[in-house]
Amino acid sequence: MALSRLASSSSSSRSADLLKPLCSAISLRRPISTDTTPITVETSVPFTSHQCDTPSRSVQTNAKELLTFFRDMALMRRMEIAADSLYKAKLIRGFCHLYDGQEAVAVGMEASITKKDCIITAYRDHCTFVARGGTLLEVFAELMGRQAGCSRGKGGSMHFYKKDSNFYGGHGIVGAQVPLGCGLAFAQKYSKDEAVTFALYGDGAANQGQLFEALNISALWDLPAILVCENNHYGMGTAEWRAAKSPAYYKRGDYAPGLKVDGMDALAVKQACTFAKEHALKNGPIILEMDTYRYHGHSMSDPGSTYRTRDEITGVRQERDPVERIRKLILSHDLATEKELKDIEKEIRKEVDDAIAQAKENPLPESSELFTNVYAKGLGVESFGADRKEVRAVLP
Amino acid sequence: MAAIFQGVGAAAALSSLPSNSFDSKNILFSPRRSFSVRKAPSFVVVRSDGTMNLDLNPKGRRAQQFIANAVATKEDSSAASSSSKPGHELLLFEALREGLEEEMERDPRVCVMGEDVGHYGGSYKVTKGLATKFGDLRVLDTPIAENSFTGMGIGAAMTGLRPVVEGMNMGFLLLAFNQISNNCGMLHYTSGGQFTIPIVIRGPGGVGRQLGAEHSQRLESYFQSVPGIQMVACSTPYNAKGLMKAALRSENPVILFEHVLLYNLKERIPDEDYICNLEEAEMVRPGEHVTILTYSRMRYHVMQAAKTLVNKGYDPEVIDIRSLKPFDLYTIGNSVKKTHRVLIVEECMRTGGIGASLTAAITENFHDYLDAPIICLSSQDVPTPYAGRLEEWTVVQPAQIVTAVEQLCQ
Repeated sequence: MALSRLASSSSSSRSADLLKPLCSAISLRRPISTDTTPITVETSVPFTSHQCDTPSRSVQTNAKELLTFFRDMALMRRMEIAADSLYKAKLIRGFCHLYDGQEAVAVGMEASITKKDCIITAYRDHCTFVARGGTLLEVFAELMGRQAGCSRGKGGSMHFYKKDSNFYGGHGIVGAQVPLGCGLAFAQKYSKDEAVTFALYGDGAANQGQLFEALNISALWDLPAILVCENNHYGMGTAEWRAAKSPAYYKRGDYAPGLKVDGMDALAVKQACTFAKEHALKNGPIILEMDTYRYHGHSMSDPGSTYRTRDEITGVRQERDPVERIRKLILSHDLATEKELKDIEKEIRKEVDDAIAQAKENPLPESSELFTNVYAKGLGVESFGADRKEVRAVLP
Repeated sequence: MAAIFQGVGAAAALSSLPSNSFDSKNILFSPRRSFSVRKAPSFVVVRSDGTMNLDLNPKGRRAQQFIANAVATKEDSSAASSSSKPGHELLLFEALREGLEEEMERDPRVCVMGEDVGHYGGSYKVTKGLATKFGDLRVLDTPIAENSFTGMGIGAAMTGLRPVVEGMNMGFLLLAFNQISNNCGMLHYTSGGQFTIPIVIRGPGGVGRQLGAEHSQRLESYFQSVPGIQMVACSTPYNAKGLMKAALRSENPVILFEHVLLYNLKERIPDEDYICNLEEAEMVRPGEHVTILTYSRMRYHVMQAAKTLVNKGYDPEVIDIRSLKPFDLYTIGNSVKKTHRVLIVEECMRTGGIGASLTAAITENFHDYLDAPIICLSSQDVPTPYAGRLEEWTVVQPAQIVTAVEQLCQ
């Protein structure tokens, strides 16, 4: 159906080109989209810092990067909205925490680091997983509890992991991932990896004691840990001013330096993360506060409108939407036409629909999977009944 | 297998055990099951008469192992001679340290984190000297923040490091319960097998010498329902070192329960490298009349009661279950099938304790083999009082064990 829309709305030669993957299509028509000549963009607001220098407001980027940002964020946006519909269709059960509105954090962070750096986050992890290299099929299959999911269907929405690209999940208990993240940083220091760990948490989790404990230990041991507070201003239904005496989360590290970043601006996020990585490798932990916003409620069971007004939501959507910002940037620098961007979005929609269809076809896990992976292989290949006569399950 | 050598002056450290009359001899039990995971190196079997056999094929040696001997032969209990006997003598905390040190040398990924483990040497001296030997990055002093440093240990384990997290007292690990239950136990499962958590969480627990309620907690049972972890309890220097090494080599998270009062037990252990199977129970004293299942410190109360029982004409079979999760129902089952009577003696709480689970497991699986209901002697469901005599009565005393056996065997 995307095809027919394309065919009807543009000339045939154009549509033929645009059916090919984005980069090659545009490079045939318009070389500058894969161009890497630097473009300098100013971030929306300057950075504010606590106990450290601020990075410059001018960010170096290029056409290729901007278009990648656009594509990735539009993909994430589409994916989350599709997850919304799937949840309402009862194909996704349980808890489903959506990230739309916050895509810039995931995308900007990814642009500043390598796959050797670790990322660990809480339960709002679908987009971070995709940014780390997860495929749409893995996402939708895991959300629907199928075998092709990234955790074989046994984790669910809150437990996405991707070990080979150093994405450590995916954690349901608020704040528990921050000590884990500092542990990852410890392991990086121990193994002399020259890499950093980004431990993401929300403004709700920022009041957890274990966070400050972990920060203290990280600062004592000089660990390359970057604590990123994704401040979407609401801890489920509680606004930040009602939960935190000091909502200046970047300052709450006290002895640890902090930086406040506009989390809806992917380029600002990228700049801040680059700065933070450099800082953490030399000086130990640093806190980044990403000022961001989520359009959906806390999860699919939360309408999101009982504790904030619809005007607020639409206001942010109009003024600060991350995808729109990149779109405007691309258009103003004449890197692509509006039409091309729309076509990218259509292509993304199709990709998402295909992935959902494929995930729906995927089978549920076998019953024997109930007992697999409880212990690592070291406990024996076969699990017997009590008197060692009856084989209950064969563990992988 | 654990002969408790009583020097005359050792009364203070071993005051919980009966003085100079404790000479029950336990038999070294080498693991005999082929599908126990550990493709272990050759096992060293030290017999009670001092000769040593290198056991390359444990399975075949089943029949010859057990020398029933509740009363020690005099010559073995003298601590004086050391040159003629193989192995070396040390205290339990030194055995733990030796195991830890050997593993740290063998595998550079092993590190220790805990309060006062580094420069101070460990509050029970288990990590003494390790910081100077291995450096501050491998033996890490943490601030008093159990929740976060346990979490950090788990995070480090996710990347492949093999940390040992020491709780200064197991009771303090309650602060880290979320990390242990949710992250340590579950990450292997919820990630679909992507991450293993080869962490070892260890520390002393149990009722000590008037340490007060909060420092004398018996909380093995709190962790027993957590899926994905293994729990073991050591009771002798031999199995302490063996279990420590096995735990460090295991890919699963292991909680190693030590006991405050057992740290100064002395025993002669082999010089060679050996490990104990994590999932296996230890046959302390084979017998015919009744199976007594125990672990940790209660083993010594049971052995003391066993002496009395033998004198009264009973023949108890004593098994140190060692593996608290999962239970070694194979060894236990075989014993139940032989004796048909079971007594469980433990230090855990009465309600919901390890003994309660074990009773259920045995009843469920071996009901037909039982001639009498299982008796479970646990510590009382009270916070441990400070007063000495009250504290004594919180835990099971040998006299109670003797009475229970007599009751069972009627």
